[in-house]
Amino acid sequence: MKLEFDIASGDFSKAGRASSRIKKMLKQLQVDPKVIKRIVVAIYEAEVNVVAHSVGGKMLAEIDGTGITVIVQDNGPGIEDIEKAMQEGYSTASKAVRNMGFGAGMGLPNINRNTDEFTIESELGVGTVLTFRNNF
Amino acid sequence: MTLTVTEEEVEMKVSELVEKFGLKVFSGESGLENEISGGYVSDLLSDVMGNAQEGEVWITLQTHQNVMAIASLKELAAVILVKGFEPEEDTLERSNEEGIPVLGTDKATFEMAGNLYITLT
Repeated sequence: MKLEFDIASGDFSKAGRASSRIKKMLKQLQVDPKVIKRIVVAIYEAEVNVVAHSVGGKMLAEIDGTGITVIVQDNGPGIEDIEKAMQEGYSTASKAVRNMGFGAGMGLPNINRNTDEFTIESELGVGTVLTFRNNF
Repeated sequence: MTLTVTEEEVEMKVSELVEKFGLKVFSGESGLENEISGGYVSDLLSDVMGNAQEGEVWITLQTHQNVMAIASLKELAAVILVKGFEPEEDTLERSNEEGIPVLGTDKATFEMAGNLYITLT
């Protein structure tokens, strides 16, 4: 089963749409609530990252019999220093975004902590691709 | 108001909390019978996303609708806005849809959290 979502830059009102839809679907499929709780944290954080930091992108979620794989791809600007971005507390978010309570530098660490497999690739001027998976 | 004490834990519903502290109910009335498992205090959304637990009451000063996105994903019992802050319109709508009450108090975070802590432990 495949689900695709467009994620627009700057539109915080839509952040949470993909995670909410996927959560409902996993519940219907009677996936273990513990698995659902972890994956929705990762998906929400990934959505917010695309909204807050990129020019826009999309999310592709694929559910199979053994787990869920999520690919989040944006169209730039790319992350300059992935190692720094992965550090808890490091953020390049704008003041306006921070005032909303985002940009605490916990997004990528939250994704890492709440997934079974996680990779991040980024190229400046091109974009960032996150791939993560949780097994049922 | 009834308080049932079992195995050292106080069980409480959102409606009882509303009554006890005279909280304003902005929205999400259908969730007033939600059981409270504890509380979490933070204005950083990722902190709540990463650390709050199902059934907790979230005390915050953030009023925008992402608060409800998080409350829903984490299956929180209710949200309490402090210092007289009021929720934005789309926050109210989302709260009603999800059945997660948004409550309000004029108290500051420290006092509200202290009251909740004493009540629940």
